[in-house]
Formats: sequence, C-alpha cells, structure tokens
Amino acid sequence: MDQIIIQTLHGLVNGMVLAMVASGLTLIFGIMDIVNFAHGDLLMLGAFVGASVVGTTGNYWLALIVAAIVIAILGALLQITTLRPLIGRDPLTTILATFGISLVIQKYALWQWGPSVRQISEPVRGDFTLFHLQYPWYRIATAILAALIISGLWLFLKYGKYGIWIRATTQDRVMAQAMGIPVPLVYTGVFALGSAMAAASGVLFGPFAGVTQTMGFDFTVRAFVVVVVGGLGNLGGSILASIFISLLESYAAIVVSPAQAVIVSFVVLVLTMLFRPTGLFVPTPK
Amino acid sequence: MAGTLRSLSSVSALTESSPILKTEALTVRFGGLAAVNNVTLSVPRGEIRGIIGPNGAGKSTFFNCLTGVLRPTSGRIVFNGEDIAGLPPHAISRKAIARSYQITNILPGATVLENVRIAVQSRRHNWSMLRHHRVYADVIARARAVLADVGLAGKEDELASNLSHGEQRNLEIGIALATEPKLLCLDEPTAGMSVTETHATVDLIRRIARDLTILIVEHDMEVVMGLAHTITVLNYGEVLAEGRPAEIQANPRVQEVYLKI
Amino acid sequence: MLILENVDAHYGKAHVLHGVSIEVRAGEVVGLLGRNGVGKTTTLKAIMGMARRTGGRITFEGRDLQGVPPHGLAGRGIAWVPEERRIFRLLTVLENLRTGLDRPGITPARRDALLEKVYAYFPILRERRNQAGGTLSGGEQQMLAIARAMVLEPKIILLDEPTEGLMPRMVAQIQEIVHALHRDGVAILLVEQNVPLTLDAAGRVYIMEKGTVRHHASAAELRADQRVIHEYLGV
Repeated sequence: MDQIIIQTLHGLVNGMVLAMVASGLTLIFGIMDIVNFAHGDLLMLGAFVGASVVGTTGNYWLALIVAAIVIAILGALLQITTLRPLIGRDPLTTILATFGISLVIQKYALWQWGPSVRQISEPVRGDFTLFHLQYPWYRIATAILAALIISGLWLFLKYGKYGIWIRATTQDRVMAQAMGIPVPLVYTGVFALGSAMAAASGVLFGPFAGVTQTMGFDFTVRAFVVVVVGGLGNLGGSILASIFISLLESYAAIVVSPAQAVIVSFVVLVLTMLFRPTGLFVPTPK
Repeated sequence: MAGTLRSLSSVSALTESSPILKTEALTVRFGGLAAVNNVTLSVPRGEIRGIIGPNGAGKSTFFNCLTGVLRPTSGRIVFNGEDIAGLPPHAISRKAIARSYQITNILPGATVLENVRIAVQSRRHNWSMLRHHRVYADVIARARAVLADVGLAGKEDELASNLSHGEQRNLEIGIALATEPKLLCLDEPTAGMSVTETHATVDLIRRIARDLTILIVEHDMEVVMGLAHTITVLNYGEVLAEGRPAEIQANPRVQEVYLKI
Repeated sequence: MLILENVDAHYGKAHVLHGVSIEVRAGEVVGLLGRNGVGKTTTLKAIMGMARRTGGRITFEGRDLQGVPPHGLAGRGIAWVPEERRIFRLLTVLENLRTGLDRPGITPARRDALLEKVYAYFPILRERRNQAGGTLSGGEQQMLAIARAMVLEPKIILLDEPTEGLMPRMVAQIQEIVHALHRDGVAILLVEQNVPLTLDAAGRVYIMEKGTVRHHASAAELRADQRVIHEYLGV
C-alpha cells in the first residue's frame, strides 16, 4: 500500500515535469509541423546551464531563469538559421535537421562540461509527511512549480495578445498573415518558448537524477509518446497524457524494474495508434 | 411462333437503345443538407452529356457517386443494366467507367508512355510479375494508340512532369481512356487552360467520342455548348432543366439561376 | 490606388491569369464578375501575394507590392475577406477581431472605438462575442469576416463572393454593408457571381473570362444593356 502511495506521488511529480516538456513539443508541432528531435537535448543543455549557475551562485531560482532565457535565445537562433530556410520543404528535411541539431548539442555538452555527472542541489530541503511516509519536499515543489509554469503558459495563450497570434497562426497561417500577424516571427517565438520550457524542465529535473549528456533522450522519447497519445497540437491532452503515462510507469515499476517500466509507455502508444490515432484525450473525431 | 420471334426482336431492340447510364432518385445527404437531391437522369449510349450548374449545384458530388468515391444516401445508379450504387472505386473501374480529375493524377516521375502503359496494363493483364513487361507488345501498341488519340504521340519519352499544363490534362484523359471505358467522366477538363489549349482539348474530346459515352462537367459555356448533345442543369442538387444546348440557352429559368444567385 | 498592370499568374504549371489589368481608385467600389473558374479569386490572391506572379506589376498607392511579405499588406491598408471566410474557428468572436485590433501603435481608446463600431454594424457579433468562431452560422461568419477586415481600418477591402451560400435575407444585409462601407470611404474590390448585387453596389465593373479581363464598363452601362452580362455570365 505504501508502495502505491509513493509511486502515485512519483507518477504525479514526473508527470508534471514531463507535461512541461511535452507542452513545448506539442506547441512547436502544432504551429509549424516540426517534429523537434532536439527537444530533449535543449532540456539537457538547460540542465547544464542551470548546474553551472547553481555551481557559481548557489541560487536555484536564478539558475532556472537564466537557463530558460539562455536556451530560449539559442532556440530562436537555431530556428532562424537552420529551420526557417527549410519551411515549405518535405517534412523529412526538418526531422533530419532537428536530429542533426540534437547530435551537435549532445557533443557540445560533452566538450563543454566533460563526462562527469553534474549536480543541482535541491531548492528546498526536508521531507513532507503523508500519513507515516516521508516524501521529499523538493519533488512536491517541483510538481507545483511545473503546474504553475504550465498554467502561466495556458493563460498566456488564452489571454495574451501574442497568445492569440500563436493560436491564430496555428489554425490558419495564411489568414493570420492576411491579418498582419508576422508569422515568421511567431514561429521563432514559439520555438524559443518551447525551448525555454524544455530548459526549465531540465533544471527542475536536475536534482532528481543528476545532469548528464544523455538525460535528454529519455525525455524526448517519452514526450513524443505523450504528444501522440494526447493528440498532436492539443495542449490539454498532452498534460493529461503525461500524467497518465507517468502514473502507469510508476505503478509498473512496483512489479518490474524502472528501466523495464518504460515499456508501458510504448504499449500505450501502440494501442493509441491502433484504436484512437487522433489521441486518447481528444473528443471522438466525427 | 412468329409472334414470339417478333417480341424477342423487339426486346433486343429495346436493350440496344437502352441507356448506358441511368440514375433514379439519386440522393446524397451530408447531415441535413442534400448535396444531390432526387436526381433522375438517363444517358443514351454514345452521347456526350454536359452537366452544368452554378457553384454548389452538386455536380462534383454527383460525379463522386458515379465513380464510387461517395456512397449515395438513397436512389439507384444503373450502368449497363447493373446496379452500381455504393460500389468501391476499383470495382467501378472494372465495370468500364473511367474518370479524369481536376487535379492532375499523373505520375510525374514517369514518362508519358509509361503513364499510359500502366493504365493499359491494369485493364489488359493481371499483374504478373514473372513476365517481363516487354513481352506485352500489345500493351505498348495500345498505349501508343491512346497517345495518338490525345495528341501526345510525339512526346512518349518525355517525363510527364515536363509537359505543359494543357498537355498534362490531356495525358490525364489518355490515362482514363487507356482503361477502355464505356463511360468516360470528365471533370472540368479545360480548367486552367488557355484558349488555344482549350480548343485542342475540345477537338480531342470530339475525336474520342466516337466509341464512347461521355459525361462532362464544365464551367466554360463555349466548351460545353459546343460539345454536348444534351445538357443537364443542376441547381441546389436538383435537376433544373435538361435538353439540347439551344433549348438550355433559351430557357429563362436557367438564365435566372446563373445570373441571379 | 490599387493598380494591376498586365498581371500573369501560375498555379504550378497552369497559366491561370493572362495580362490582367484592373484599377481601383480610392473610395471606389469596383466589381469583378465572371463565371466559376475564370480567375477572379486568383486575381485577389495575386494581390495578396498568394499566387505565383509570373508577369506584370501590382502597385498600391504608387508602391510596387513585389517583395512585400504577405503579413505586410494589412499594415499598408489592404484587407482580405476570402471566399471561404476563413474564420479562426477555435478563437472566439472577440479573439478573431483582436487579431486585427492588436496592431502596433494602436491606442486602447482607438481599439475600443473600432470594436464599438463593428458591434454597431453587426449587433449579433456583440451578442456572440465570447462564442467560438466555428459555432457561428454561415451568415454570422461572413459578418465576422467582414468585421475582422474593418478593424484593420483598411483603405481597400478585397471582398470575395460575400453572398455565396447565403439566404436572400442575408444577401440583402451584405448589400447594405457594402453601401455603408462605401459611405465610410473604404474602397472595395468586389468579386461576385451575384449580378444584381454587383451592379447595384459597384460604380465600374470588370468582367473576366478564361483568366483575363474581357470587358470593362460602368455598372450603369451594363444595367442598360444586359446582353454583355448574358454573354459572359449566362448560359
């Protein structure tokens, strides 16, 4: 029973972090049809930047902000130099491009920070007591923070002026241009925003398992599963799907090893593709 | 005895002049909207039938029903005496109905001859992978004949993507023709063509109409009035009028519908 | 103000516009008539930079539109109301309007005034302002599409078949709106298949056939001699 409670908490917390990663990915896909293979690596870079900031200043919150800003700028530059010229071409070209970016970022991180694992120390210490169980505060704090950031994103999209630009461009790029919305800038902005979300997720996740060059890969893979299961371009869906999949994985980890528990995500993915390809959390297509 | 013989011959006379295509109360509903509403028409063998009507009259939906792309909600489609309503497109093609599309359906990476040859093969031979294609000399000959019919004889080794727009649309007609249809449905064959290209296509259609029945949807009045023996006018999915081109042009209801929608 | 000189356009290989020359002066309502498929919508798309222009020039207020990115036209005063309306279906009525209201340099006072103005023209939009665009009826979507263009405070509106698929009562309403816009001093290039409405609203009319302009006359002349209309638009 204790196991189940702990795993539920794990699932919820991991789910919230995954939701942040997936939000950025689905936003980018929804608006410009780009399958961003480098997403997890932007997360990893953000984690490294965050680790460096924490290393020099000891301030977790500063690390979070700096990582988000730095990676946002990097994301914007990447989009402008590598992805913008590919607009309108075969989608395979952009997939290959983001894959290439992913490799470059991984090797750069290895060169810059070396192969040893970095640490990000927890922002809050101590444990939280639920019944007779102990659970680290910082994990709860992470989940809450992730939830706040995602809510912020949702509010921005719903009510902000640029949020309307983003939603309009996602629905009808041509008409958005006819209304004077500078679509190329919107694309760059969304890619920067998605990158920032990924970077922030990296810093949030840092204290969980340390920062390594390959930490991004697991996230990229899971985030893709989430984006498909939640419905491509569907923000609400990907949040629900993140929690759903993370919970399933956590419960599976009770019976099998965590490495094997990942299989659960793929089973869900395959089932979704077979029976509800538009997404599990999407209203039934007509 | 003589009486039976006479009645037998009159029966065969009837089948000889029976229409190749008949629709009876054909209706297609999308939700509450009837895109095609109770359309009854009958096309005699060998006729060129024009189908016209203002935007949204149901012409494309009607075509889609005939060629199996859409399932009618109710009514019958009788082709050569057989009920074909609801059959899938490949089955319809086997019944010898062919269609050209508004967006060219050609294989851009193949040559002109190859495009037509594939269509001929689909009709003539099973897809036997063991025999080399060159064995099918009859296939190549037939493909060349079709190219001659559509005015592309000199271009058989050109890549289809290198043809001009008008030539591509004509190739499209050739591909449909290569399947040896008895009924050819042409969907706006002169759309996007210049005046010269249009004239060439009209001549083409006249040439191939000898052994075929043709249904043609068009917006270009000159083309359809010049080609068609009979014209059916659709409006809001219903048959508004039917008759010879001159009758249709003189019909005030038709003028009204076109000028005052 | 808006001048198309000998414009040629291609869709892929299809040569869809041949030497189209049209002029709309400030404050004028100009009609563009023709059957389906003659190139009327393509002409508007050529102005909006959406069709591949392969010849000729398009100038607006003396400046060539060549090289202007598609999102730069609204800022120059050209608004587009497409044939399919293209409402942002998942945005509310108000959010649809905001895509045009939230322009650089516009003051909150001006925004509110513009919003009030379109609500006055189209009271039903005020009523439905928080409803998703996709839930509106065809006629309401048409009104929203026109309102969305109006909030750009354009010098010219490219109005593509506004009455298509609408009931007669709505057609009359659209006619009213075109008159009102004209009174406001907005120029309109009106593409239509509805002849009476066009002859009533427009001062001059161009008639297209097979990708080119075949006839050009004042609405009065066309009303007086119906034969031209019959020839190019009738059966």
